[in-house]
Amino acid sequence: MREGAGDPDLYDYHPYNARPKIVWPGGKTVAVWVAPNLEYYEIDPPPHPRRAAWPRPHPDVVGFSHRDHSNRVSHWRMAEVMSKHGFPGSVSLSVALCQHHPEVVADGVARGWEFFSHGIYNTRYAYEMSEEQERAIIEDSLRTVREATGQTIRGWLAPALTHTPRTLDLIAEYGLDYTCDLYHDDQVQEVKVASGRLASIPYSLEVNDHYGFFVYNMSGREYAETLVRQFERLAAEGEKSGTVMCIPLHAYLIGQPHRIGPFEQALAHIANDGRAWIATAGEIVDVWRAQQ
Amino acid sequence: MSVLPDSYTQYPRRREGYDHDLYPWSAMHQRPPVTWPQGSVAVWLCVSLEWFPITPAGPFKAPGHMQTAYPDYRHYTARDYGNRVGAWRMLEAFDKAGVKASFATNAAVAERYPDLVAAVQAGGHEIIAHSTDMNGTIDSTLPEEEERALIAEAMARIEAATGARPTGWLSIARQQSWRTPDILKEEGLTYCCDWVNDELPYRFANGLINLPLNHELSDRQIVTVQQKSADSWAESMRDAFDWLAREAAASGGGRMLPIHLTPYIMGLPYRIGALESLLSDLAERDAAWFARGGDIVRSWENQQ
Repeated sequence: MREGAGDPDLYDYHPYNARPKIVWPGGKTVAVWVAPNLEYYEIDPPPHPRRAAWPRPHPDVVGFSHRDHSNRVSHWRMAEVMSKHGFPGSVSLSVALCQHHPEVVADGVARGWEFFSHGIYNTRYAYEMSEEQERAIIEDSLRTVREATGQTIRGWLAPALTHTPRTLDLIAEYGLDYTCDLYHDDQVQEVKVASGRLASIPYSLEVNDHYGFFVYNMSGREYAETLVRQFERLAAEGEKSGTVMCIPLHAYLIGQPHRIGPFEQALAHIANDGRAWIATAGEIVDVWRAQQ
Repeated sequence: MSVLPDSYTQYPRRREGYDHDLYPWSAMHQRPPVTWPQGSVAVWLCVSLEWFPITPAGPFKAPGHMQTAYPDYRHYTARDYGNRVGAWRMLEAFDKAGVKASFATNAAVAERYPDLVAAVQAGGHEIIAHSTDMNGTIDSTLPEEEERALIAEAMARIEAATGARPTGWLSIARQQSWRTPDILKEEGLTYCCDWVNDELPYRFANGLINLPLNHELSDRQIVTVQQKSADSWAESMRDAFDWLAREAAASGGGRMLPIHLTPYIMGLPYRIGALESLLSDLAERDAAWFARGGDIVRSWENQQ
């Protein structure tokens, strides 16, 4: 990025009505990927000058234990529903989960899921990191995920969405193929980096379950309806040029007993519609890249 | 130049299991299945009986506490409405549906409103200790001796006012300090309800049992925080029950639906009907076992 400038110069402008035609496999019009965040939040993380990890003095019992629900109960509930309807996960992984709860990571591996890095912990923020520190978390991510899953990570979603001006250049330098941190488009887009190549794959804040339930205060049924509407629109527009729909999830939210039923119905709707190419983030980036 | 120390990218508690020693990890679906005395979904109604002093104090302000400059008549009285009117509507609703509940009760409510507490006990409901009053909050900034004294005082006052020592504890806003589980154990409590990381009881390292009172399913979260209607709340409870009953049938293991109620929220005239119809609906289902917190804990404990 162009550090200090008002325009960070992340990408070029391309009007939505004049895009080259992207074609998804099988003539599908919208690539749909599901991004479960498999996270570990530390109960007593060190302080960061720019952001408090927890609003209450440690232990923030509800904050910590709510997120812990993922790793005791709701991961498997969410994952079963995804598998049942044919959706693989592209996992945004707090890589220290490989140490803390290897059973959760192993479950994703057994389901054939793809893993990318979401930092070491979701309670360690990248703001103010030195280049050396930032290289350390990228190298740690590559090493840890390789040891735990055999996979080489291809993507990055910054821990708790915290960045430095050099994050995108660094992940491209290490050979990563995609970032999930930019929200400027409904199609895969090229990101300007100092060396190598980097694609921005649409992740989503707006239909992220966290936004659905804690920003827009939706019920489980309203969130499911939102996903269906998002899908219907992107599937229709994708006839001109293939679009991307991401469903970013947190098991401790979507896997609550009052939400998982309506969510399953939304997944069934998308799976049965016929216009969705259900894929992983890496597969979507590869097909897009081959058409550039 | 970095302002972060080198230690910020070092992780001394990165290890298998948790980064704390309060309780061990386990995954619910891998545990031996539990069986309830009847049905497959334990429906646990837990009502909070809260008295908010008009003079807020304590380590933090409890949810629902005073908001305006002193004297905040508006919130003092609107909260006390729950004790004067809303809780009575709930007692009648439980009676009509033939179900028993837990009442997480401030010591101050037990002392100030003996008629209410007598009705709770006469109805066969359970009293869970819920601190002294809504100023009796706990977090790690509270000095150890003050926390110990607060919990001991709450237990003694509730025992004196009700004639029985509760076996369960609910912290205000479910907030504890690092020391709380040990102090609760020392006070002779069997279980607390504060940690929302599970859907069945589990044991802390010190032997205390946690009975998770899901905050996401509470009327406070859905109606007051997320601002959904009472009907939307009831629909979510039905969706949750239906899912849990299906999960219990598929897994062969009992499940639990905690329904956390607040008299000044769900006990209002225009909302109570949604609770009444939810109760009569669930009470007719074969899968439902309406149980008090202590009943669920005992049943679970007998199977460990």
